[in-house]
Amino acid sequence: MLDSAIFIVSGILCLALVLNLWRLMSGPDMSDRILALDTMYINSIALILLYGMYVRTGLYFEAALLIAMLGFVSSVALCKYLLRGDIIE
Amino acid sequence: MTFWVELLVSILLLIGGFFVLVGSVGLSRLPDFYTRLHAPTKATTLGMGGILIASMILMTYEQGYLSLHELLIALFLFITAPVTAHMLAKTALHQENRVLKRTRSQHLIKTAREQQAPSAADRHE
Repeated sequence: MLDSAIFIVSGILCLALVLNLWRLMSGPDMSDRILALDTMYINSIALILLYGMYVRTGLYFEAALLIAMLGFVSSVALCKYLLRGDIIE
Repeated sequence: MTFWVELLVSILLLIGGFFVLVGSVGLSRLPDFYTRLHAPTKATTLGMGGILIASMILMTYEQGYLSLHELLIALFLFITAPVTAHMLAKTALHQENRVLKRTRSQHLIKTAREQQAPSAADRHE
């Protein structure tokens, strides 16, 4: 039962990633694209955690934590670039 | 025992997946940037909370000792999501994104765009 639930949720997450990708390509402004990238890295963290649950190992949490930190930093850096024309002033 | 753990984890996973999907559908369907900002920052973060709690329960059950790594990721996401949303909203105000006609307080966009850091003369008064 758990394995089929993991498969169903993986399918749902892939659908969500495709919707985010559509917004990333068609977003009318730069901020829409940054928002889509932000959502995509959060969804990919969920996919990595699901794979870790599927193979029953805790090895993937560090990778997920790294992606969370770097994704946040990159979103803020892109926002700062659009706001001020510079990242570290 | 195993059945109930699997049932609980499956239900939490399905709830989490549903909310993540709601966030992405909102991101792709809502009409302007300020409404679009709501969907991923709230629904997706809640869905991630569900998936992380499911992972925490499963890993605690599998390993036999309390597994709290996932709580770290959940805490980090819950702290950073509002910060990212704030930065994105500031960016959208600065870039003067297209807004819905019925958005209230649109005159404040100009004020936010012209916001300056306090000058040295003001600080030494």
